[in-house]
Amino acid sequence: MLLITCPWCGPRAEIEFRCGGEAHIARPDPATASDADWERYLFLRENAKGVTLERWWHVHGCRRWFNAARDTTTEEFLAFYRMGEPPPATLRARLGR
Amino acid sequence: MVNDAYRRGRSAAPSHGTMQRYSIFSLARNALTGHRNWQAAWRSPEPRPAYEVVIVGGGGHGLATAYYLAKEHGITNVAVLEKGWLGGGNTGRNTTVVRSNYLYDESAAIYEHSMKLWEGLAQELNYNVMFSQRGVLMLAHGSHDEQVLKRHIHADRLNGIDNEWLTPAQAKAFCPPLNIGKELRYPVTGAALQRRGGTARHDAVAWGYARGADARGVDIIQNCAVTGVRRDGDRVVGVETTRGYIAAGKVGVVAAGHTSVVMAMAGLRMPIESVPLQALVSEPVKPVFPCVAMSNAIHAYISQSDKGELVIGAGTDQYVSYGQRGSFHIAEHTLEAIVELFPIFSRLRMLRQWAGIVDCTPDRSPILARTPVRGLYVNCGWGTGGFKATPGSGHVFAHTIARDEPHPINAPFTLERFRTGRLIDEAAAAAVAH
Repeated sequence: MLLITCPWCGPRAEIEFRCGGEAHIARPDPATASDADWERYLFLRENAKGVTLERWWHVHGCRRWFNAARDTTTEEFLAFYRMGEPPPATLRARLGR
Repeated sequence: MVNDAYRRGRSAAPSHGTMQRYSIFSLARNALTGHRNWQAAWRSPEPRPAYEVVIVGGGGHGLATAYYLAKEHGITNVAVLEKGWLGGGNTGRNTTVVRSNYLYDESAAIYEHSMKLWEGLAQELNYNVMFSQRGVLMLAHGSHDEQVLKRHIHADRLNGIDNEWLTPAQAKAFCPPLNIGKELRYPVTGAALQRRGGTARHDAVAWGYARGADARGVDIIQNCAVTGVRRDGDRVVGVETTRGYIAAGKVGVVAAGHTSVVMAMAGLRMPIESVPLQALVSEPVKPVFPCVAMSNAIHAYISQSDKGELVIGAGTDQYVSYGQRGSFHIAEHTLEAIVELFPIFSRLRMLRQWAGIVDCTPDRSPILARTPVRGLYVNCGWGTGGFKATPGSGHVFAHTIARDEPHPINAPFTLERFRTGRLIDEAAAAAVAH
């Protein structure tokens, strides 16, 4: 079981949370989006082996959403940051973005 | 870890076309010489610089693909590249359940195709895959479950697949350890039974296909990880591996949980998320459990291996992961359901626990298709239920690679369906909700 640090509540057990999948996927503009845009938005995923950015929901706690960076091979969390914020600068080099 | 298959693959190599047939007579003959003269089941050749077809992934589906390429299509200039040992991924980590009672026509067709191949597989391969049609029982715990399972039964019967409704008393008669008492939190109110469903020995399926493919000239290369996919424009021309570059006319990717990783090497992003799916076995006990039993509603499935261990399937972790472990609370959740349904198991000790990394598509149906890169084919997305499909998947994927067009059975399972919206939203893809 993962130990997850909610930015508002602090470290809590994984069973208090729901994983919301890959983070920073922008919804396309419905007025102009093509089928390929919708495919990218709805279905295509990075599915990274290594560092991934994902959303978590503290459903059995404060019920707020936040972002996390996690290594999918070790399950180690590298950062927690709030919704709307970009990933921490220290991570961007490691992510190659 | 030294695996039995790995050791066999490394030992002395028989030459092509001289596969030793297994029979009661060969068993008796070898018994007289202390079992010292058995041939290795397949060679372990050095990779050649080029092949007509390279299959990435030496699990059941990849090995079956190579076998049917050689047998059905006469394409024997084939290599299967496996980064670890044969069947060491999901083929050796699943709960060995075989069934074909799926809801939609597309799924019913591919899983029933597989079931028919299972029914003759041991004879076909001259390898005992220990296929046992002991029956798969799916439990209902209330009116909603009953409606869903009865809908499945009717849909299956229209597709010529056996599936029947049992009352709780009939379910108890079929599976005596089952608790049908009214005191349960979710009492059993009926069950759907596919009598032709059952289990098979998972390792034997990989080994049998490997031996059959090898005898027809396929090179099986273990400890050979693919590190890159080389393209010339829109066409694939070969793969970079930890044992050097291998040129290929066609490449079939059958990499299960690592599909996204391999396809990214070819510049393609996939509609897949990889999550750990967990299973566990108890200490071995005498034969006590006669069938496979599953409950979607309270999340439990269980059978007994021929070795005597209870084989129990737990759920998936909720996040993407490549760690083959699985979380404790996932197994605990399943065991709570198991001991309520089968109280006689409450004092059994669990022996081993593990996870496999399963490749889940958004519609929980597989992808067996060509890709936008010419000569590159993908067989993935089997999610939590790929073992049962092994023979059929390999059979139609070999057709797709050999003819450069899908077999009618896998034609609906395209990669483009996530763009066109023609999804196959298979409600019965998992016998339990993941």
